[in-house]
Amino acid sequence: MTKSAASNRPTRRAFLTGVSATLAAPAIMRHTRAYAQNPVVKVGHVSPRTGPLAGFAEADEHVLGAIEAIFADGLENNGKSYGVEIISKDSQSNPNRAAEVAADLILGEEVDIIVAASTPDTTNPVADQAEVNEVPCITTDCPWQPYFFGRAGDPAVGFDYTYHFFWGLEDVIAAFLDLWDHPGVSKAIGGIFPNDADGNAWGDPELGLPKPLAGAGFTLTDPGRYQPLNDDFTSQISAFKQAECEIVTGNMIPPDFATFWSQCAQQGFNPKIVTIGKALLFPSVIESLGDRGDGLTTEIWWTPNHPFSSSLTGESSKALADGYVAATGRPWTQPIGFKHALFEVTADVIRRAADLDDPAAILDAIRTTDIQTIVGGVNWAAGPVKNVTKTPLVAGQWQKTGDGFDLVVTSNAPAPEIAIGGELKLL
Amino acid sequence: MEWVNSIVQGVLLGGLYALFAAGLSLIFGVMRLVNIAHGDLIVLAAYLGLTTTIALGVHPLASLMIVVPAMAAIGYVLQRGVLNRTLGDDILPPLLVTFGLSVIIQNGLLEVYTADSQKMNAGAIETASLEVAGGISLGVLPLIMFATAVAVIAGLQLVFYRTALGRAFRATSDNQDIAQLMGLNKAHVFGLAMALSLAVVGIAGVFLGIRTSFDPAIGPGRLIFGFEAVIIGGLGNLWGTLAGGIILGVSQNIGAQIHPGWQTLAGHLAFLFVLAVRPRGLFPRIEG
Repeated sequence: MTKSAASNRPTRRAFLTGVSATLAAPAIMRHTRAYAQNPVVKVGHVSPRTGPLAGFAEADEHVLGAIEAIFADGLENNGKSYGVEIISKDSQSNPNRAAEVAADLILGEEVDIIVAASTPDTTNPVADQAEVNEVPCITTDCPWQPYFFGRAGDPAVGFDYTYHFFWGLEDVIAAFLDLWDHPGVSKAIGGIFPNDADGNAWGDPELGLPKPLAGAGFTLTDPGRYQPLNDDFTSQISAFKQAECEIVTGNMIPPDFATFWSQCAQQGFNPKIVTIGKALLFPSVIESLGDRGDGLTTEIWWTPNHPFSSSLTGESSKALADGYVAATGRPWTQPIGFKHALFEVTADVIRRAADLDDPAAILDAIRTTDIQTIVGGVNWAAGPVKNVTKTPLVAGQWQKTGDGFDLVVTSNAPAPEIAIGGELKLL
Repeated sequence: MEWVNSIVQGVLLGGLYALFAAGLSLIFGVMRLVNIAHGDLIVLAAYLGLTTTIALGVHPLASLMIVVPAMAAIGYVLQRGVLNRTLGDDILPPLLVTFGLSVIIQNGLLEVYTADSQKMNAGAIETASLEVAGGISLGVLPLIMFATAVAVIAGLQLVFYRTALGRAFRATSDNQDIAQLMGLNKAHVFGLAMALSLAVVGIAGVFLGIRTSFDPAIGPGRLIFGFEAVIIGGLGNLWGTLAGGIILGVSQNIGAQIHPGWQTLAGHLAFLFVLAVRPRGLFPRIEG
């Protein structure tokens, strides 16, 4: 089919659209935010609601519902009340999709601030889009090394538009070393790390666990990186048996850990402490393991017993968690605190920004943030690198209490302000 | 001794792969249908098993009594209601439809069961093991799974070559039109083939749910080894599928013994090697 000459001339419809747009322009343009009766700040939010990472965002609906109720009255900025519209998008646990919806929020919805949470697969693509399109971005719920170095960040330069709060590998290492410092356990450790962003960061000989472990007198047996969603861990288990490891650590996804843990028992390997990042975060995973879940240890970012309260509502950590449990009938999870804190920081920035129409002013407000949130202090002036600030991290154990499991803080040397809840029991 | 252990464990792992692959092999043999949703159907079966165990308070292995017939029924309805309409000269529509089915099942499971990791608790059997000579211990559960895989494949083989139903399968597979002329209802035969395939999927799903934890998104990851086992063994050959699974499991474990990073790669390399040397697989049954 060839293009007819007629299609190049303006049609009646195109002409009318053009003319009416021109006529309507003054009416539409009067609605820029500065002149509007009820100005609105748009906040874009990206999280993995579906897909393998959905556990991290399972509390989103509850937390966002509460936040929207608080924002319903508007936030005060320079003596004027601003409405806040939160536009939430699902990354489907896919980094490409996360980048796509972030671009959509920035270019299509023209959000003023974009926020994202949960694992490098969400925070990194969203932050990259924000950096390219020059929109202020706040993220959390991902250790800062995968966030910063995973985006090829240079500590000397940093990023312009993207800011992050969470803890880092050095905190995990400190918390774990404190946890493993137990008289009944030898210092032989088996390391099991997958070949993904987290596993490579944890197992990295320079920046990961190996160096500080050696410094603290532990011997690490690390057979090498395996592919996630593995069906057999025989080679790792025989290496650990040979080295007589009494502690096992690593960073695994739940199905890999479940396979590994039952194969350990089948092949007669019984370590005394098992400390795994990522897989053991959620109560549902521990419950699914049954009695074999009792006594496993993990890092703890937030619990209802953390001595912090919300800057938005004043409610304590316990009240926030209880609210979730009462509303959904499901056990509390660690991301709840951080999702709430993400919007605490956002609200604080919206209140303090000198001019909400100017991204540079919003960035200034982010840079000068200094608030106590439900997960601890957030202040980018105090971070390990530009763009990153850290919240406290401790370690603890899943202990069976009655029918359910409780996550008990058993060591707190890196963050003594968080109270210890019980003694470490060996497996 | 480590190597022997690795290989033995690899053989047992092969049984699992064969169990995942048997259903795929069966429907490909009968109707040349590549079922992209196979992995998700395995996960669906695992969830059915979980629901049965919780609702009736029975042992996960006892839930097979309900899961297997239920999956078979789903298979028959699925084939007659949906997939039969897509079969034809073009191989693309069934591929696309099963791909869509995969997405629908994943999101349906996510709605109903949430993203929580689930696992079925089979009690002491999960961690029990038999000590064989020289410090090799074999898990009881992997042994049961391997035995089940062999039994399932022997059973399918029996159905295919010793029963009237099997004759109908083979006739339809050879020439659909002539089978129709001989009085076979193609739609019904295909429905039964899918029912049989999903019955096997039911077994695979329950074993998956006992062996490790699962969530709605895990299906596609389980599919690739199934496909590889089918292709290594030769299209349409059920014993070949078992052999394919074992070759895959053993090469993965040998790779892992060299370096854990080689585990998956070694399996894929074995697959590529077979594909390069014998593009039809080791024991092909289907010509042309």
